[in-house]
Amino acid sequence: MIDTILSNIALIIGTTLMYSTPLIYTSLGGVLSENSGVINIGLEGMMIIGAFAGAAIGYFVGDPWIAFIGAGIVGGLFGLLHAFACVTFGANQVVSGIAINFLGAGIALFLSRMLFEGATMTKSIALDNKMPRPLNGVFHDGSFLNIIFNNQYATVYLAFIMVFLIWFFMYKTKYGLRLRSVGEHPTAADTLGINVIKIRYLAVIMSGVFSGFGGAAMSLAIVSNFRPTLVSGHGFIALAAMIFGKWKPQGALLACLLFGGAQGLAVFLGQFDFEISSQLISMLPYVITIVVLIGFVGKSAAPSADGIPYEREQKN
Amino acid sequence: MGYENATRSLTKVIEMKNITKKFGDFVANDSVNLDIFKGKVHALLGENGAGKSTLMNILYGLYSPTSGEILINGKKVNITNPNIAIDHGIGMVHQHFMLITPFTVAQNIILGREPTSKMSVLNMKKALMDVKEISERYGLYVDPNAKVEDISVGMQQRVEILKALYRGAEILILDEPTAVLTPQEIVELIQIIKNLTKEGKSIILISHKLKEITEAADFCLIIRRGKHIDTVVVSETDEAGLASKMVGREVSFSVAKEDKEAGDEIFSIKDLVVKDNRGIIAVDKLNLSLKKGEIFGLAGIDGNGQTELLEAITGLRKVESGQIMINGKDITNNTPFQVISKKISHIPEDRQKRGLVLDFDISENTILENYYKNPFARKGILQYKNIKVYAKELINKFDVRPKDEAKMARTLSGGNQQKVIIAREVSNNPDLLIAAQPTRGLDVGAIEFVHKSLIEQRDNDKAVFLISFELDEIMNVSDRIAVIYEGKIVGIEDAKDAKIETLGLMMAGGGNK
Repeated sequence: MIDTILSNIALIIGTTLMYSTPLIYTSLGGVLSENSGVINIGLEGMMIIGAFAGAAIGYFVGDPWIAFIGAGIVGGLFGLLHAFACVTFGANQVVSGIAINFLGAGIALFLSRMLFEGATMTKSIALDNKMPRPLNGVFHDGSFLNIIFNNQYATVYLAFIMVFLIWFFMYKTKYGLRLRSVGEHPTAADTLGINVIKIRYLAVIMSGVFSGFGGAAMSLAIVSNFRPTLVSGHGFIALAAMIFGKWKPQGALLACLLFGGAQGLAVFLGQFDFEISSQLISMLPYVITIVVLIGFVGKSAAPSADGIPYEREQKN
Repeated sequence: MGYENATRSLTKVIEMKNITKKFGDFVANDSVNLDIFKGKVHALLGENGAGKSTLMNILYGLYSPTSGEILINGKKVNITNPNIAIDHGIGMVHQHFMLITPFTVAQNIILGREPTSKMSVLNMKKALMDVKEISERYGLYVDPNAKVEDISVGMQQRVEILKALYRGAEILILDEPTAVLTPQEIVELIQIIKNLTKEGKSIILISHKLKEITEAADFCLIIRRGKHIDTVVVSETDEAGLASKMVGREVSFSVAKEDKEAGDEIFSIKDLVVKDNRGIIAVDKLNLSLKKGEIFGLAGIDGNGQTELLEAITGLRKVESGQIMINGKDITNNTPFQVISKKISHIPEDRQKRGLVLDFDISENTILENYYKNPFARKGILQYKNIKVYAKELINKFDVRPKDEAKMARTLSGGNQQKVIIAREVSNNPDLLIAAQPTRGLDVGAIEFVHKSLIEQRDNDKAVFLISFELDEIMNVSDRIAVIYEGKIVGIEDAKDAKIETLGLMMAGGGNK
């Protein structure tokens, strides 16, 4: 009896880690962009194109790490596009983000049809070419730790390392201090000789890179191909997680674990024969997102200059 | 003695020669010359929009001049960004502080020149030591670990000065440094300026306040509408001389007003209690009453409940308990709409946030309270023809410039924005006119106009409630003066008998019996 409960708990923890991972990468991307003062509602689109690039490169090249990095680069290109519109031209950041979302989904589908004989789904990557599972078979078969870690892909561990690295970067290095200053008060940063434009560009590009990683963490690990419904709102959940986490990497991590946990729970409950329809159970993560956003988020936590384009030579 | 003779033996550290700066067709600076000398305070005097800040932004590398040249220590330099200015020892304290409020004092000071150990990792220990060292050297005491959002405005200004000194500034530009300070903080600032010049630093003081220029500056450059008017030795002139050069005509400082007997009580507040945004009591059982035909001045240091009191009267903030009456009618917790309809007009503290819709044009701003009434609207449709006619009338009557009712409120100077607000509020023919900080940030010409308008209301037997942090203004304009301290009225005096010392003491809580 206790064994079953324990293994069920282990199972939920395991699925939580698995489902949180793509969210963690993507919300870190959001943290970087928004702390520099650029709202990035295009995380979803960047995640979709990253998922596609990961699956496609993984299929053709066969190396998961090249595919993962490739996904980051493609995501970064979309970030560059967003930065170009928002930083150089001072475009409305929400509108640009929405455009990126359409563009990401559209281009992914278009390229998929072009490269995979008209199919909207990429061909599956061979099991050996997926992300490695570093702790596979390390723990005793059926043990608590084994259930949690046996099937976790390398992307899971890397995500946690990234959270630490981004936290260290933002709060312990001079470039992190500058990044945050640009998001809070770009004019002040400018008067101190900090290059606002450059920092915002880099931050938004890195936001695309991390979203690309997030997408690839789905298509190279959780599943082994890309299909148009794969990402379906995870970019937005990551955005919500970043907001719920008060624009901080460590906060975003906890929020992602919450949302991932909701998804894990939904999967876990889905295996039983409930009177509740499975569709309702799969709504869980989305419902939690809405409840959390309504109930717990104060506007005050956002960087003061988030969403405001920076222009220098303005008169009044 | 003259400027030439007075400066002959001094060391020139900066020369700005024939600086011209155009924004499109608009000439912000027109061949302006400025010399700065080592260890001296050079003031830059001019009305709002005269081009003082533009000139300094050029020196600091934020704008590039259209033509002209800058020499530092005799060498021609090309200052294209603030980093170059900083490298040349120029530091700037901006009018609107350039501080990152969620950061600590130390983080703000080191930003951009951070001490680091390996791999760009911040060395906060060294940062704290550096900050402590310079703050002690110049007597600018601050708590380096405090967050900027938690410290007073005067402290924030010290942080700004420290920021510049940390970067090795030899020349310090102070842009309207006293605009936000209390009288006590101004005294401290002038002392700080003296300490700095003793250490050989040069100060450029941008201001339109004559008093502090005569107190602190050695020389003064006067600019009017972007043009170089004159450079004078401050000790050889006086406030009136400076003022007429700045405005281009004679200005009267004392406000001309005749004695007048006040009428019956028209407005009263009884035991009013109001809380601030944090839920702390800001107005504490306050009582006061105003009579017809008087200007009632409320003196006090910022943050003693003035804002909350105003918001409670005008219906913008909830009254916890107590009563507000006008003309025998209770208006406690009325909506702003109801308050306006009871003939109360309000010139708000923050003219850009609450006084105007900046992205509406002048004509739309003049009817914000009456847009639904005939002849501005008929059957719910705005009658732009009539609105225009009305706006034109007000523009002429109140001398708003430019004389174009289609100009966006955002593009007007501060003084003209205030004129639009006054025009709108006074034209409602109120029984009570509330004027909160009506001259904040305005130059002498505009101040004169505002004061005249208030006195005109009083002479028409209206009640005027003036709230200001400037004691001089309160004493010049009011008939009766009350002092607010920690949400309570701590004293009321007739303006004729009031002494600045007693009022100042009460403002600081000292007169509280």
